[in-house]
Amino acid sequence: MEITMEPLEIAERIKARFSDEVLGVNHFRDQVYVSVKRDRIVEICRYLHDDPDISMDYLSDLCGVDYPGREFRFEVVYNLYSLRYRHRIGIKAQIPENDPSIDSVVSIWSGANWHEREACDMYGIVFRDHPDLRRILLPEDWEGFPLRKDYPLKGPKDREYKSYEVLKELHTRDDEWTIR
Amino acid sequence: MKETGFGADKNLQDDSRIATRELTINLGPQHPATHGVLRLVLDLDGETVVRCTPYIGYLHRGVEKLAEHRNYLQIIPLTDRLDYISAMANNVGYCVAVEKLFGIEVPERAQYIRTIVAEMARISSHLLWLGTHALDMGAMTVFLYCFREREKILDLFERLCGARLTTSYPRIGGVKRDVDPEWLEDLYRFTEEFPMRIEQYETLIDQNRIWLQRTKGVGVISAEDAINMGLSGPVIRGSGVPYDVRKFMPYGVYDRVKWEVPTGKNGDVYDRYRVRMNEFRQSNSIIRQCIEAIPSGPVMAEAPKFVLPPKDEVMTDIERLIHHFVLITKGPLTAPEGEIYVATEVPKGELGFYIVSDGTGRPYRMRIRSPSFVHISALPKLCEGGLVADVIANIGSIDIVLGECDR
Repeated sequence: MEITMEPLEIAERIKARFSDEVLGVNHFRDQVYVSVKRDRIVEICRYLHDDPDISMDYLSDLCGVDYPGREFRFEVVYNLYSLRYRHRIGIKAQIPENDPSIDSVVSIWSGANWHEREACDMYGIVFRDHPDLRRILLPEDWEGFPLRKDYPLKGPKDREYKSYEVLKELHTRDDEWTIR
Repeated sequence: MKETGFGADKNLQDDSRIATRELTINLGPQHPATHGVLRLVLDLDGETVVRCTPYIGYLHRGVEKLAEHRNYLQIIPLTDRLDYISAMANNVGYCVAVEKLFGIEVPERAQYIRTIVAEMARISSHLLWLGTHALDMGAMTVFLYCFREREKILDLFERLCGARLTTSYPRIGGVKRDVDPEWLEDLYRFTEEFPMRIEQYETLIDQNRIWLQRTKGVGVISAEDAINMGLSGPVIRGSGVPYDVRKFMPYGVYDRVKWEVPTGKNGDVYDRYRVRMNEFRQSNSIIRQCIEAIPSGPVMAEAPKFVLPPKDEVMTDIERLIHHFVLITKGPLTAPEGEIYVATEVPKGELGFYIVSDGTGRPYRMRIRSPSFVHISALPKLCEGGLVADVIANIGSIDIVLGECDR
């Protein structure tokens, strides 16, 4: 008999087991997000994955969020789902700005690999023990982290992407290349 | 080098005497078979793929960053362009997420219409998948037949909302305008003859020896691996896991019509093909049931803060005029504060929107969890150990759209 747990119940279990790590529980429109410290995130995720009543075997999504005013600037949000019991929970790990790193959960869900690469690409959050942490959506030599709130929408005005300079260089010599 | 027959050089039978080297080739971003701008670097040992490294990001347009600077109504055209093959489905996904965030209840008729257009988008997307997948494998006739049906669906979309590709028809709170009875009749006629067309496509390739040899046993992924990697849609259903967001987390009217989730057994390319062929039939049946059961009523919710009021009231009532003006020029001024993750089933898999709202009319963070992004990350696992020709079969079978992957 597969018993779907209420999200608040799962949050209670996490609080009971990892009472030092939990910083808060948000409940909005029947979805629950548990804010935790980043230190034992792998243990928490492994508990949620392996526990037979919770069994979060599906990592729906892993992303970063930027809150510039806060003490912990970044958050890594894990949206977990259980295919067996059909219940959902979210875990938000708080990450400070001066040391934006957190352990990788690739060992638990291999699908986290590319999601973590994207979070690193867009926010600069380093995932320790990640097998291959390099830029994924942006070119490898891009500088800056676009999804941070202090990154302008149209890109930094004074600096342009390096490779464009090569292209502009070539364009100044257009006359040499035209066939008459 | 094996003994090839008459007059084979006996000295060359011993492989260790030939110096070999791995060959690295580039299946570049411009390639007719990669379905978009996907770059694969393949390390080959002869014909066998030793390592496959995908490079994406050629179509990255910064949709998530743009969404932070636009109000909720202005993001709908951005969602059109995610999976540009099935724009209606993306719109429905986004609207369902935002409606849950705001707590808006969508009227019945609009739910039925949304389900109908989402299933039409599914049929249209799978038609394109079938045509291009078969074309890549050499079966060129299927392409033309699939596009004949696709034209009919796109014509219906054009009659409905004016656009074939970038529809922006489902809106927050319902749909933009009502459907007329002639449109529903034409759609019903389409669904009557469509099962015969599906059979036509199947007669072209289903029992074909070359097709079977190229797809059976190729690109096998087990159920545990699929769940662990976060695959969704027909890819995970081909491996036997009956995970369909429309059944697990129903939205629209999917829980009120009778339909089944097709699943495969072996997790190879052939099973994924079969799953999608059966999804044609299920989508067809869903559309028919929705047309037969569609109630009358309004197609937009009553929520003046977020939803545009009907045009005839705007012209006569000053309050409605003010609402209309403010919503168009400034967008929703306030929204409930909070965060949600809502998933819907688009033709490619599970499309998830994680929206963080800070109370203003613009999302603080809008994260788009796209199925193609996750599926391309599974490509190395599918391709490694197989032959070069199987890479093309695998890319076709996971049905990716780079617009969705790169956002």
